[in-house]
Amino acid sequence: MKQFTYTIQDEVGIHARPAGLLVKKAGEFASTVTMEANGKKGDAKKIMSIMMMGVKKGHEVTITIEGPDEDAAAEALEAFMKENL
Amino acid sequence: MISCSGKSVLKGIAIGKVYLFKKQEYVLKQEKISDAEAEISRFEEAKKKAVVQLDALYEKALKEAGEEQAMIFDVHKMMIEDQDYLDSIRNMIKEESVNAEYAVHVTGENFAAVFASMDDEYMKARSADVLDISKRIVNNLAGIVDGGIDSEEPVILLADDLSPSETVAIDKSKILAFVTKNGSANSHTAILARSMNIPSLVKTDVELKDEYTGMTGIVNGIDGTFYLDPDEATLEDMKNRKEAWEKERAALQELIGKDNVTTDGRRINVYANIGSVEDVEKVLKNDAGGIGLFRSEFIYLGRDTYPTEEEQFEIYKEVVSRMGGKKVIIRTLDIGADKQADYFGIPKEENPAMGFRAIRICLSRVDVFKTQLRAIYRASAFGTVSIMFPMIISVSEIRRIKEIVEEVKTELASEEKEFGNVELGIMVETPAAVMISEELAKEVEFFSIGTNDLTQYTLAIDRQNQSLDNIYDSHHPAVLRMIQMTIENGHKGGAWVGICGELGSDTTLTKTFIDMGIDELSVSPTYVLGLRKTIREI
Repeated sequence: MKQFTYTIQDEVGIHARPAGLLVKKAGEFASTVTMEANGKKGDAKKIMSIMMMGVKKGHEVTITIEGPDEDAAAEALEAFMKENL
Repeated sequence: MISCSGKSVLKGIAIGKVYLFKKQEYVLKQEKISDAEAEISRFEEAKKKAVVQLDALYEKALKEAGEEQAMIFDVHKMMIEDQDYLDSIRNMIKEESVNAEYAVHVTGENFAAVFASMDDEYMKARSADVLDISKRIVNNLAGIVDGGIDSEEPVILLADDLSPSETVAIDKSKILAFVTKNGSANSHTAILARSMNIPSLVKTDVELKDEYTGMTGIVNGIDGTFYLDPDEATLEDMKNRKEAWEKERAALQELIGKDNVTTDGRRINVYANIGSVEDVEKVLKNDAGGIGLFRSEFIYLGRDTYPTEEEQFEIYKEVVSRMGGKKVIIRTLDIGADKQADYFGIPKEENPAMGFRAIRICLSRVDVFKTQLRAIYRASAFGTVSIMFPMIISVSEIRRIKEIVEEVKTELASEEKEFGNVELGIMVETPAAVMISEELAKEVEFFSIGTNDLTQYTLAIDRQNQSLDNIYDSHHPAVLRMIQMTIENGHKGGAWVGICGELGSDTTLTKTFIDMGIDELSVSPTYVLGLRKTIREI
């Protein structure tokens, strides 16, 4: 299992567009990707569950990855968050 | 004959057949089904079709409106593919033995309700997206085709309001005008009408009856009236007005290339106000003598970080180059008051109109100011550039600005970056600046009177406060005397004087301003030729 936390820098938070990009990125891997924020937990491969978390700037999100390609997935997702959010 | 009134979003007159645009409603029914597998595969087909439709809408919007607008359809597509959403629909069909239409509808409502209950305006609004995708699938299941105007000739499209998907899907070659019952001046319909340049009304007090389809209608975008089944006299009258309006527009075109000179030989400059690079085309098309106000704020608004020097330089350079040597007056950052950008981190103020704004921000955050000045000076190598500074109240501010300008020029020179000769001026928009205008004129080369703020500060009337509309009088003698004093003192101190506020396009005052000795009027590009006409008749 791999896990990392990231604090959202983007002014508007995880709105529709970045949520979509995140889902696409998470979908590239076989591992399960779970996102936790605001006391809510959701599947990062599902756009609506991510959007419904209502993540805004300054919120801390924890991403947990479990599966065969978890190392690569963790690295790619962390880079993605830093670049886009 | 029925006559209704609405809010005009674009002037002009259209006469033609009315077509009631209906969101083709499917009446939802809950039905018991026996073969769940077959029902699920019906659903899968409808979903697949929706994805194809959304791809097409994305491509269409990309071409017609750009990526920003198109993105929503990409998000819709992802929502349709959302595993939780799909599971909910499939489970309902399987476990409750309901028809696919019903399962999609209920699932859509459930998801929308969660979004609607969120404590976030942006996410709340997403509930409309969930409903939109669900409706798309339901329509596909029910065999309803969306969009489309069933008429051979172009029509006056009557609708409640149009959703983004509808404005994109609609066949635009078949539309003479829009009339909507709801919507606003900023609705998708209004934006589309402006980009198509067709007369349109929103918020019209009209009923949406089937029998209206096929009737003759008249949209008068000049006074905001919509006539249904007009009588002979009205039709005749409107035909004449339409002709007169078109003639007037054509006559204005003939003024292209002509001078802004009165019958007794007084000549003034008519420039245009712009807010973005795209506006330059309108400036050139309407033959303005230059740009009298380039509001640079738009570069700073709607983003999350400060624009870099390079970004700004490219924008200024493009505007200046496209104006081909004609004067471009760039107003430095006028943020604060009603124009806010979060990343500036300006604390909430009790009274922002009198608060930390415009030059006050620039002089306390010199690095931000210098970045903009460097970009403008570099762009000045490509044409004729002037800079004006907003919200000035004292001579010391100008002296400080000039010191910073000198530093910028020295830096650029030492970096061997080219720049031209730049004229410096100020906005006169505070009563303080008017009172000391003689001293200020000695410090700068020109004044541009910002009549909107000057009126608000002179009359002590907040212009956003609608309950004061009845006493907000921009022709108030106090305002006019302020303007007169500014012009006289400006000239005494050797500065030329222009007006860039809304009053500049008020043709009932043009003669007054010319009599006062005004040198320049800067107005929205579409008013340039009308103003030229007024001047030539004085």
